[in-house]
Amino acid sequence: MDFSHETFLAFSKSWGLFYMMAFFLCVCAYAFWPRNRKRFDRAKHSILERDDRPWQK
Amino acid sequence: MLANLTSSERQNALVIAVAVAIAGAAMAIAGRADVMGVHGVIVMLFGGVVAWLVMGSLYAPEPAEDRSASYYDDPIKVGIALAMVWAVFGMFMGVWVAAQLAWPSLAFDAAWSSFGRLRPMHTSGVIFGFGGNALIATSFHVVQRTSRARLAGQVSPWFVLLGFNLFCVLAVSGYLLGVTQSKEYAEAEWYADLWLVIVWVTYFILYIATIARRKEPHIYVANWYFMAFILVVAILHIVNNLALPVSWGHAKSYTIWPGVQDAMVQWWYGHNAVAFFLTAGFLGMLYYYLPVRAQRPIFSYRLSILSFWGITFFYMWAGSHHLHYTALPHWVQTLGMTFSVMLLVPSWASAGNALLTLNGAWHRVRDDATLRFMMAAAVFYGLSTFEGSFMAIRPVNSLSHYTDWTVGHVHAGALGWVALITFGSFYTLVPSLWKRERMYSAALVEWHFWLAIAGTLIYVFAMWNSGIIQGLMWRTYTEEGALAYSFVDSLVAMYPYYIARAFGGLLFLIGALVGCYNIWMTVRAAPVAAARGSDVPAHPAAVPGE
Repeated sequence: MDFSHETFLAFSKSWGLFYMMAFFLCVCAYAFWPRNRKRFDRAKHSILERDDRPWQK
Repeated sequence: MLANLTSSERQNALVIAVAVAIAGAAMAIAGRADVMGVHGVIVMLFGGVVAWLVMGSLYAPEPAEDRSASYYDDPIKVGIALAMVWAVFGMFMGVWVAAQLAWPSLAFDAAWSSFGRLRPMHTSGVIFGFGGNALIATSFHVVQRTSRARLAGQVSPWFVLLGFNLFCVLAVSGYLLGVTQSKEYAEAEWYADLWLVIVWVTYFILYIATIARRKEPHIYVANWYFMAFILVVAILHIVNNLALPVSWGHAKSYTIWPGVQDAMVQWWYGHNAVAFFLTAGFLGMLYYYLPVRAQRPIFSYRLSILSFWGITFFYMWAGSHHLHYTALPHWVQTLGMTFSVMLLVPSWASAGNALLTLNGAWHRVRDDATLRFMMAAAVFYGLSTFEGSFMAIRPVNSLSHYTDWTVGHVHAGALGWVALITFGSFYTLVPSLWKRERMYSAALVEWHFWLAIAGTLIYVFAMWNSGIIQGLMWRTYTEEGALAYSFVDSLVAMYPYYIARAFGGLLFLIGALVGCYNIWMTVRAAPVAAARGSDVPAHPAAVPGE
C-alpha cells in the first residue's frame, strides 16, 4: 500500500465528498421524518413552560 | 453556597483544593525563578484560598432541603459574576491597547505593558474570561431547564468553573510575565494547557451525565450546540497544544508540529475556536434565551437541526482560509475558501431562524431592550458571517489580509454577536435566577444597549475604513513599478481611525460597566418577587400573531 500525499489527496477528494453527501441526506431524513414532527414540536414548545423545578416522580 | 453541599461533598472539595495547592507547591519548587515558579505560587494560593473557604464550613450542618427538588443555580450565579468581572478587565485591556496604537507612549516604556504582552491579555480576557464564563454559566442553566434535571454533580460544577478561571489567571498572568506559545488564542503555556484538559474533560462528562438524567424524550437543540462547543474545543485544544517543554521546571515549550503543518494546525484550531467557542455555544444561548424572552417558540425547529449539522461539518474545513498565498498547498487553500463560502448557508439559516422567531413580536423588540440585545446579536451574526465568507475568497483576502479589516470583522462578531447575545441572555437570566421580578433598572439596560450599539458601529466603521485604505496603499505602485507608499505612510494614514476605534471600544466598556452596576443592584436591592412560580418573564398569555 502506497501512503503518498497523492494517495491521500485522491481519497479525500473523492470519498470526502461522498461521505458529506451521505451525511447531508441522513440529516435531512432525520429532520423531515414525519414521525419526528411531534417530538420536535414538543421540544420547541416545552422550553416555554413556566415550571422552575426538576421533574419529580 | 457551601451550605448546599453534604459533609462528604465538602470533604471531596477540600481534598481537590489541597491537591491543587500541593501541585502548585511542586510547580513552585520545580520552577524556582522561572515564570513557572511564579505560576506555582499562584496555583498554590488559589488552591489554598478555596481550601480555606471550604474548611470554614466543613462541619456545618447537612443541607436541610431536598436538593433533587430544585435546580443547582449557585455555580451559575458565580459564573455570571465572574463573566462580568472578566468583561470589564478584558475590555479595559482592549481600550488600552487600542489607545496604545494611537498614542504609543501609553506603553510607558515598560516591558510588561508593551503592546505584544497586553494584546493577548485582551484577547484571552474577553474570549476565555468573559465568553468562557458566560458559556459555562448559561450552559449549566440551559441543560438543567431543558432536561428538567438537576446537574449531575455537586462538586464537579465548581471544579469546572473555578478550574477554568484558574486557567484564565495562569494564561493572562503568563503574558504579563512574558511567556507565550506564540499561537493565536492558544498562547498559554504547556502546564496551563494540561490543566485545562482536566477541567474540560470534567465539563464534558458533567454535561453528558446531566443530559443522561433528562426527563424530556428529546434533547433540545440548544444542548446540541453546547455539546458541540465542549467536545470540539477539547479536540482542538489537545491537538493544537501538543508540545514538549524544554524541561519539567521551565515554562518554555516547543510545538511538535513542524513548519507549514504547524500553521495549518494552528489555523484549524484558530478558526474553529471562532466556530465552536465563539459561535456554537452562543448559538446555544440564542436558541434558548431568545424564544424564552420573546415567549415564542423558535420559528423552525427543523431548520435549527439542519443548520446545526451544517455548521459543525463545514466549519471544520474552513481554517485554511487564514493561509491564502502561503506555503500551504493550493488545493488546501481552495478547500478552506469553498467551505467558508458554503458556511453562509447554515449561518444565515440560524440568523434567519432567530429573526423569524421575532416576527409578530416586534412590538416587544421595540419595548424590551433585553430582547433587542438578542435581535441585534442575530443581525450582527448574519452580517459578520456574510463578511467572513466574503473575506475568505482568495482575491478579496489579498486586499483584506493583514489589514485592520480583519480586526473590524472579528469585532463585528465579538462585540456585535458574542457580547450582545451574552448581555441579552444575562438580562433574561439574572432576574429569574435571583427570583426578582425584573432587572433593577430598565433604563440602564436601554443605556447599555445604545452604548454597545454605538461603540460597535464606531469600531467597525473605523476599521473598515482603515483596513481598506491600508490594503489599497500596500498595493499601489508607481509608474516605475515601485511601491508608492512606505509602511510608515500607511501607518500615519491610520491615525484618525485608531482614535475612533479606541473611542468605540471605550463606549462598549462603559456599557459593560453600566451592565455590571445594574446586575449588582438587581442582586442587592430589588425586592424578592412574591410567590413566583415561573422561570420566565411575566405576562406570557398574549402571544400575538401565533
